[in-house]
Amino acid sequence: MSKKKENVMKSKSIPERMSGNEAVSYAIRQVNPDVMPAFPITPSTEIPQMVSTFIANGEIDTEFIPVESEHSAMSAAIGAEAAGARTMTATSSAGLALMWEELLLAASNRLPIALTLVNRTLSGPININCDHSDGMGARDTGWIQIYAENNQEAYDNYIQAFPIAEDPRVHLPIMICQDGFITSHAVENIELLEDEPVKAFVGEYEPEEFLLNPGKPVAVGPYSVSAYAMEAKKAQEAAMERAGEVILEVAERFAQMSGRSYGFFEEYRTEDAEYLMVIMGSAAGTAKAAVDILREEGHKVGVLKLRVFRPFPEKEIAEAIKRSGCKAVAIMDRCESYNGCSGPLGSEIPAGLYRNKVMVDTVNYIYGLAGRDFTVDHVREIFAELKEVAQGEKEAPNHKYIGLRE
Amino acid sequence: MKANDYSLKTMMEKPERLAPGHRMCAGCGATIGVRAVLRALHEGDQAVIGNATGCLEVSSYMYPYSAWQDSYIHNAFENAGATLSGVETAYKALKKRGKLADKDNFKFITFGGDGGTYDIGFQSLSGAMERGHDMVYVCYDNGAYMNTGIQRSSATPMFADTTTTPAGKVSNGKIQYRKDLSAIIAEHYVPYVAQTTLTRDFKDLHRKAETAIYTEGAAFLNMMTPCPRGWRYDMSEIMEICRLAVETCYWPLFEVVEGKWILNYEPKNKLPIEDFLKPQGRFKHLFKPGNEELIELFQKEVDKRWEDLQYRCARG
Repeated sequence: MSKKKENVMKSKSIPERMSGNEAVSYAIRQVNPDVMPAFPITPSTEIPQMVSTFIANGEIDTEFIPVESEHSAMSAAIGAEAAGARTMTATSSAGLALMWEELLLAASNRLPIALTLVNRTLSGPININCDHSDGMGARDTGWIQIYAENNQEAYDNYIQAFPIAEDPRVHLPIMICQDGFITSHAVENIELLEDEPVKAFVGEYEPEEFLLNPGKPVAVGPYSVSAYAMEAKKAQEAAMERAGEVILEVAERFAQMSGRSYGFFEEYRTEDAEYLMVIMGSAAGTAKAAVDILREEGHKVGVLKLRVFRPFPEKEIAEAIKRSGCKAVAIMDRCESYNGCSGPLGSEIPAGLYRNKVMVDTVNYIYGLAGRDFTVDHVREIFAELKEVAQGEKEAPNHKYIGLRE
Repeated sequence: MKANDYSLKTMMEKPERLAPGHRMCAGCGATIGVRAVLRALHEGDQAVIGNATGCLEVSSYMYPYSAWQDSYIHNAFENAGATLSGVETAYKALKKRGKLADKDNFKFITFGGDGGTYDIGFQSLSGAMERGHDMVYVCYDNGAYMNTGIQRSSATPMFADTTTTPAGKVSNGKIQYRKDLSAIIAEHYVPYVAQTTLTRDFKDLHRKAETAIYTEGAAFLNMMTPCPRGWRYDMSEIMEICRLAVETCYWPLFEVVEGKWILNYEPKNKLPIEDFLKPQGRFKHLFKPGNEELIELFQKEVDKRWEDLQYRCARG
């Protein structure tokens, strides 16, 4: 790691306008990975298309495998990464669901594959728009998951993906997530980085053991009996725990290169906030805009925007909520768990608060499923309700849907 | 190596690339076939071996022991084709970028049973063949899902008694005949497809494996490997069972080279299908009085397919 630290080269910012898909493709062009197997699915399709165009024009020499399904995309990615090649793929929704079995194998074989996930709802009904059900459905597959608010973060997170995943302390696959259409297709301003510093930042992939290591054969993917399998699973879990510190180290190096800082989450106007909203993805932008308006009106409100979902920074979230001294927290899920009581964040954050003995009222809201709009007025409505709950004027609603048709 | 130079004795002196000590059943056809395929690798050539989930995988790489002398990857049941296509592409990428020296040659061979190949892994196989990866997919076809306990597959012959097509008071075993996977892969117009089994001096298998491995592009080898547990014959009779499969034209030996169909062996006296069915417990019910018609049906299907094959080969 110390070797990589010396490599941090400052980059100039290149102002540009592009969509989230373009931004990630631009980062892939800069990284020039060895192998990319992919199968098209809306709204991530543009990424393999753009990469194929870079290859067709000789801008990069990545080997693209036009596989016949997402299951084969992840299967081929596992083969390529195990063989010693830096490998990435892209997908959305049902594509990720079809990969599910292979997601588990990528993680358990400790292969640092990077997957750019353009979040889209899972069927059914079939719908092409954004929610987080695809990424959340894969939350227990052993992948690191980092979510972006906008194109800038999708780009910045992607550049950090390989150094995190390939770190010898981690060796786990990583999912870089952005919201379908809202981020992937909307064109916004962005500050790009220069090619050379990005290449130096990402470095060369140097696996310790790989199938194509001449004269040093290895075997991957064993049958493992009960006497051994549990230790393998524990080792994998320990790697996920270690991923947290590596994510922060890589973010620090990234800040040195780019001037942009990242952590597990962003605390937006949370100091002295009486009411907090925990939210992930593009809707955090809406929430922050609403907070600015509400602060102007004298309401003490803030946003905690979660960036790193796996590993889950449970303790840090609980500490941040405690630090703010808030009276109640709205936990926003762009995903249903169908457990009859909460979404995924609505389960994990209160569990973390309880374990860290931070006793504060929480309300879990479900919003934006299958592309349903989430607006500043919704945020205003939620903070008003939180206040009523905290003041004892209203019982905390359980698992409340926002923006439903009457 | 010229075909005429082949001698099984010399071949058997080559170092084994699948070490003894694996946990496959005694008399298992798959292991015999796999060793024969690996003998076709030239000395000095390294290989990456792929493997679909199945008997072969769970018995040959049980952590922390591997019987494989070469690099080996098992991923899942239905994706041996896609997985090895990723390995082969990584090889191309690393070679291109100078991360592997020119002298470091690797060959890519993947093994799957008929379950992993004809059925659950069919799509992945078809995709890998169509994309033309420089690899060999070897199906060790033992005609049922043997690893999970002898359930029918699309490679199971008609009337076979399996645990999901049991012969019973009102059932005569599997209703359907079998899928002709060799022909289906040949229709992908890959450079090389061959059907083989364990015969006499293994020359047929050896030559086809060598051709498949050293033909550039995608190659498919369909290798019939009897399973004494599932077929229920006397374990010592494996070579005789294979001979009968060929002599009855149940399992003809042929190859398709660049789209040209070639019949490798034509029995002088084509034996009746009973000869192949009789020694096998899975067909025992066919020999009960009153079931003669079933054997006739079986014979008809074998004849029809044999004629089709002869026609294809005559056309070239």
